[in-house]
Amino acid sequence: MRTTRTALTALLAGGALALTACGGSGFSDDDATTDPGTTTDEGGELTVLIGSSGDAETDAVNAAVAAWAEESGSDATVTVASDLPQQLSQGFAAGSPPDVFYVGTDNLAAYAANGSLLAYGDQLSNVDDFYPALVDNFTSGGKLYCAPKDFSTLALVINTDAWTAAGLTDAEIPTDWAGLADVAARLTTGEQVGLTFGPEYQRVGVFMAQAGGGLVSDDGATAVADSPENAEALTFVQQMLRDGALAFPSAIDSGWGGEAFGTGRAAMTIEGNWIVGALRNDFPDVKYQVVELPAGPAGQGTLQFTNCWGIATDSANQAAALDLVEFLTSTDQQAGFADAFGVMPSVQSAAEDFRSSYPEMTAFLDSADFAVGMPTAQGANDVIGDFNGQIEGLADADVAAMLASVQTNLQAVLDSQG
Amino acid sequence: MSTARGPQPSGSRLEGRRAAAGWLFITPVLVILGVFLLVPVLMAAWVSVSDWTGRGSPLSGSTSFVGADNYRALVLGGGLPTQDFGMSLRNNAWYVFLVVPVQTALSLLLAVLVNRRLLRARGFFRTAFYFPSVTSSVAITVVFLFLFSASGAVNRLVGNLGANGPNWFSDARGVGHLLLGGVGVDRAPSALADHGFVGISWWDWLAGPSVAMTVFIVMAVFTTSGTFMLLFLAALQSISDEIDEAAMMDGASPWQRFSRVTLPMLRPTLFTVTTLGLIGTWQVFDQIYTGSQGGPAKTTLTPAYLSYSASFLSGQWGRGAAIAFILFAIIIVLTALQRFVLRDRGTPRRRRLVPSSSSVVPAGAAPGPATEPGGAP
Repeated sequence: MRTTRTALTALLAGGALALTACGGSGFSDDDATTDPGTTTDEGGELTVLIGSSGDAETDAVNAAVAAWAEESGSDATVTVASDLPQQLSQGFAAGSPPDVFYVGTDNLAAYAANGSLLAYGDQLSNVDDFYPALVDNFTSGGKLYCAPKDFSTLALVINTDAWTAAGLTDAEIPTDWAGLADVAARLTTGEQVGLTFGPEYQRVGVFMAQAGGGLVSDDGATAVADSPENAEALTFVQQMLRDGALAFPSAIDSGWGGEAFGTGRAAMTIEGNWIVGALRNDFPDVKYQVVELPAGPAGQGTLQFTNCWGIATDSANQAAALDLVEFLTSTDQQAGFADAFGVMPSVQSAAEDFRSSYPEMTAFLDSADFAVGMPTAQGANDVIGDFNGQIEGLADADVAAMLASVQTNLQAVLDSQG
Repeated sequence: MSTARGPQPSGSRLEGRRAAAGWLFITPVLVILGVFLLVPVLMAAWVSVSDWTGRGSPLSGSTSFVGADNYRALVLGGGLPTQDFGMSLRNNAWYVFLVVPVQTALSLLLAVLVNRRLLRARGFFRTAFYFPSVTSSVAITVVFLFLFSASGAVNRLVGNLGANGPNWFSDARGVGHLLLGGVGVDRAPSALADHGFVGISWWDWLAGPSVAMTVFIVMAVFTTSGTFMLLFLAALQSISDEIDEAAMMDGASPWQRFSRVTLPMLRPTLFTVTTLGLIGTWQVFDQIYTGSQGGPAKTTLTPAYLSYSASFLSGQWGRGAAIAFILFAIIIVLTALQRFVLRDRGTPRRRRLVPSSSSVVPAGAAPGPATEPGGAP
């Protein structure tokens, strides 16, 4: 009975919007309300929904969940979502979400606001081990909603062959903006641009951080996009674009910075630690070096990206789900994930091991000290999407007008949070 | 009818039984339509005027009525939702405006070509033209992504002709602006820049489809012309040869025979094709979802994709549903308008094609379109 009803409601959630053939009943008030602070423990099989980057990640998560199932004696299945936000939304609407799932910083506020996400931070035994910046990323309204799964930072990736071909030495690895613009210009040849990164805040934001700017004030209540610091950063990027030392990947036939870097169309790129695995798989012959991003007028800065392990409020197995999350975020498991698909552990206790196993990735881990996260307010993602659209045209854009529009839109979003 | 079959009571009982049988036979369809169409539409209508957050049933107690707030935010709010919605309307309006006439004309042309008895290998051409229609739109989108990449086949071809092709899928420049720039207008006159409609200035409405959207327009024409060719072909084959011969006897030239005889008889099909084209083009979603996700610079954002992203990605379910209903209204209004334009104007005006006293169009042929059910308003 319950399955029929939830299946019908799931159908309905999909069909309601598309106005296409999907539908059902679900007229009853079937809110599975759970008192905050308590966890359900009805037993039964756990379902885990992940948005996988590829087979390596899928296999690693499968193996880890199987190991937990073995150890705890409970059953758990891992499903790979083809479109994670959509599948999660359907689950929430139907009242039958997966028990454990990936949550991105951009979706956290929406899921927290409608009560879909269990704020289990206070029951997490290893909570003090996580990097504080990551914990902040998943804290909304003073409550830690979910345990950071792993994280990534952005650093400068240099093609060492191109570097020596241009007559550059280690002493010239850029430490400030002038140095970066200089080496980018010297690395630019007919077939190759000096630097590339995607036309989005998720890359350009590092320069804003280095200039001392950002999008949202520290308390998260005010938009600070329209600042002279941000204008300085965008003007710097704009100048490199106009000089031809920087090109966006699409302008050099590439889908993303890593591809442009691997094919040799760009000598440097600003990417996260996922590029290590991508280069190993797709361009194993490219020799490269990863260094911390150069400092700007206000010092060093970079962006960090992270996901967390969400647990559904509507889950019937919250106790087991919490146990699984603690298992998956334990030091050993995170080291295993780092081995399997190149992510950085979200717990500090795994850092030393990571440094010694992956000396080439230390620049990424060291960058965590000065990394800032993405804005998490509900709707901030739309504003950043709009900003990204404008960044695509940065070469000819009016920087002040661009930042003014981001300011207006972002403040409207923050105000509507109440 | 019943009077002819004996006494009244038994007849009406028979009719009652027949009616019951009738209801019985249509019940499955009614149930399916109700469950899969009517109920979701009504639920979506409710969601569009509610503050449903996407958790649990929209009919549960925690969801409340917010009136036209969602619609107001989209049309009059002036903020990012309005700009996005205006942008999607602009993009899609240009898409419809260019795709529907071109695909209708092209499919008619193809149908006339493959309908000629003189053409060798007609079967081959019919299959070839129809082929894009049976291929999945996702597959075709992926092929187009490769063809139109910065160094793809299309740009190689353009390069061989001595020109530099644009970087198609990441070029956000509007074709309208490019044309205006060509005649020296590259700055917006303040009259156009300072006023606008749905959050988009008139100057931006004039931008036309972006270069990226142009590729989607070409793709839509390429994929749908085959389907509509088939509709026109069926209609052409139902026109008997005698009519054409009669017109020929009356001295009509080939063009006159086509434009004055064949085309009027195709009017019901023309109505079908333009209606289907109008509905299909306003609902364009899968190409955008696979190909561009609305980029570059939102110039391929369409209302259907915006409805999806507002609800599933941003959690603004009410707004997403409201977009769907505004889109529905736009389609209904435009279809009604087009029905009005293509309506039968009573007796067709008879023009003499040759200076003679006899009417050119045979008497039996002229009312043809008027008696077709699809043509009557």
